[in-house]
Amino acid sequence: MKVFVPCDSAALSVGADSVARAIEEIATVKGLDVTVVRNGSRGMLWLEPLVEVETSAGRVGYANVSANAVATLIDSGMLEGAQLPASIGIVDNHEWLTRQNRVTFARVGISDPQCITEYESLGGWAGLRKALTMTGEDVVADVTDSGLRGRGGAGFPAGIKWKTVVNATADQKYVCCNADEGDSGTFADRMLMEGDPFTLIEGMTIAGIAVGATRGFIYIRSEYPHAITAMNTAIAKAQEKGFLGDNVDGSGKEFHLDVRVGAGSYVCGEETAMLESLEGKRGTVRPKPPIPALVGLFGKPTIINNVMTLAAVPMIMAQGAAAYQALGHEKSRGTQVFQLAGNIKQGGIVEIDFGITLGDLIDGFGAGTHTGKPIKTVQIGGPLGAYVGTEAWPTPMAYESLAATGAMLGHGGIVVFDDSVNMAAQARFAMEFCAEESCGKCTPCRIGSTRGVEVIDRIVAGDEQSKNLELLEDLCEVMTDGSLCAMGGLTPLPVRSALKLFPADFNIVSGGK
Amino acid sequence: MTQFVVEDLERTLAPFRGDASAILRALHEVQSELGFVPDSALDVIAKTCNVSRAEVYGVFTFYSDFRATPPAACVVKVCVAEACQANGSREVVADLKAQGYDVHTRKAVDGIQVEQAFCLGNCALGPAAFVNGQPIGRATAESLLAAAREVSK
Ligand SMILES: Cc1cc2nc3c(=O)[nH]c(=O)nc-3n(C[C@H](O)[C@H](O)[C@H](O)COP(=O)(O)O)c2cc1C
Ligand code: SF4
Ligand code: FES
Repeated sequence: MKVFVPCDSAALSVGADSVARAIEEIATVKGLDVTVVRNGSRGMLWLEPLVEVETSAGRVGYANVSANAVATLIDSGMLEGAQLPASIGIVDNHEWLTRQNRVTFARVGISDPQCITEYESLGGWAGLRKALTMTGEDVVADVTDSGLRGRGGAGFPAGIKWKTVVNATADQKYVCCNADEGDSGTFADRMLMEGDPFTLIEGMTIAGIAVGATRGFIYIRSEYPHAITAMNTAIAKAQEKGFLGDNVDGSGKEFHLDVRVGAGSYVCGEETAMLESLEGKRGTVRPKPPIPALVGLFGKPTIINNVMTLAAVPMIMAQGAAAYQALGHEKSRGTQVFQLAGNIKQGGIVEIDFGITLGDLIDGFGAGTHTGKPIKTVQIGGPLGAYVGTEAWPTPMAYESLAATGAMLGHGGIVVFDDSVNMAAQARFAMEFCAEESCGKCTPCRIGSTRGVEVIDRIVAGDEQSKNLELLEDLCEVMTDGSLCAMGGLTPLPVRSALKLFPADFNIVSGGK
Repeated sequence: MTQFVVEDLERTLAPFRGDASAILRALHEVQSELGFVPDSALDVIAKTCNVSRAEVYGVFTFYSDFRATPPAACVVKVCVAEACQANGSREVVADLKAQGYDVHTRKAVDGIQVEQAFCLGNCALGPAAFVNGQPIGRATAESLLAAAREVSK
């Protein structure tokens, strides 16, 4: 009998390893024929550790299992799928999952992520095999036709980037996967790397073969030790089975893949800083042009894409560009892997077509706050994203519709705060974070952010408030206009939105003084 | 404590010989071997990668992961980024400070050292932390110190 206990690090953080051990120990003592499979997480993180038991009716789930409770659960019939207070029924029928449209995350949580044969039986390598029968130009055309846009934040069409690289002539080209995922409130890249690493390998291999790049790198932040191990293990297996190396799946084509590890720098998620870091240097931002697609890693033409962008490619190849293009909202095609985070009752992964409203995500999927208090604000798109209030609930979640409201989708992280949050503290933090993580190249970002902290402190203290409010506005303008990258350029977004929506938190006396 | 055998380090770093693009990897290698990057290791890296000491030093200081002094027996990393703030990480940090563990000074007390991190990718189960690399969700000062004492015992 198969019992599933997730190996995802979010599940580990609430005790999944000791649950798995307890089940194995008790099964041994009782002489039960139990195989514990360490699957990825289903993304219903508030239910972790979520134990699943295989039954003839499907996989029955037991939520928030602790190691101490395992003996009692087994005595009460958990291994037979009994109806118990902890059970959530057949997991595949859970409304949280049935309402989603899992495309990129289709395999995450189903099986042992490191089992390469299971990967194949769940549809893995079909996209690569299809791509191997096509010309590079045709693969790129499919990616363009699918409407796939970059999931790292900017939403740039992936096909256009790839086309630039395929058309470039060079003795060496590269594919670099941006797995720096530094935005607070985001964890989709991590969960995919831990929960379905072969999909990322397949997507990168397709990219490499399509544009003629024989080497690839995955740049993973050091805060993700489990993802680093998962990717390294999976790469070794893919090599052994011939899906990576000098002769990819017997095609005679070459693609080699390696992991590189960051070292605690947020700005290294910016693509040119990432290239510098991949070259072993300080992570300072390069001016553009030249664009990395032409002058990238070691000066060579380079595809840089986010994990989610590259992981969408196998499905696009296997099921056709039209199938992906058919999903979505206006110019945002396909599905988005939203991440519900912060003070939320039901946090986790919601993959669904673009266009779902913010309110539906937060109330429908998220079910309000974890603390049970009213929601005050939500930050969308990471530390450089805007704070919005509940008036934004009807906004369709897509690139253009969010931009129209002055917000941005970023990497799809949504962080919920209850009414105990002080927005002046959040604005101050945004400036502090910028000061801490600035690469140092531009004065507005490096120095302006430190000034920003001081000015916010003076505003809150009621010190020459109207003068300092003006100063903050000036500072925000200089940062927006005078920064080379979005680190300094977008830090004003959370600051201004917090001030605009919640002036009372800044102790603003109307009329100033 | 800062003793290491130069020859051992040279052997560890051998794959990076003559490779100027390997500075960051070499620093990681040294830190994973010794727990920190002693000043004299910068010279070994410079020589191995065939770059100046200044270049190695520049990389070493840019990245917050690298430490110049040995870590405590147990290092607790607490996430202080927004999603964890929404779940009370400011309070966890304050509670830890009240017990002598300051994320800014990072002073070790009884073999335990507490540091801050910006997002550990566990933003739905915050406050998130790592105790010597072991992930902990829904953290409190008590749960972290209990886990840390277990490790540093
Ligand atoms: C300060 C800063 C941090 C960024 N961090 C990330 C990151 O962690 N992951 C990522 O994929 N993109 C990040 N980006 C965006 C990248 O620069 C780049 O647009 C992206 O990797 C391109 O891939 P995509 O087209 O697939 O989105 C960041 C940008 C900035 C300005
Ligand atoms: S805006 Fe900030 S992070 Fe970006 S290049 Fe300028 S100094 Fe560096
Ligand atoms: S914000 Fe704390 S783990 Fe992501």
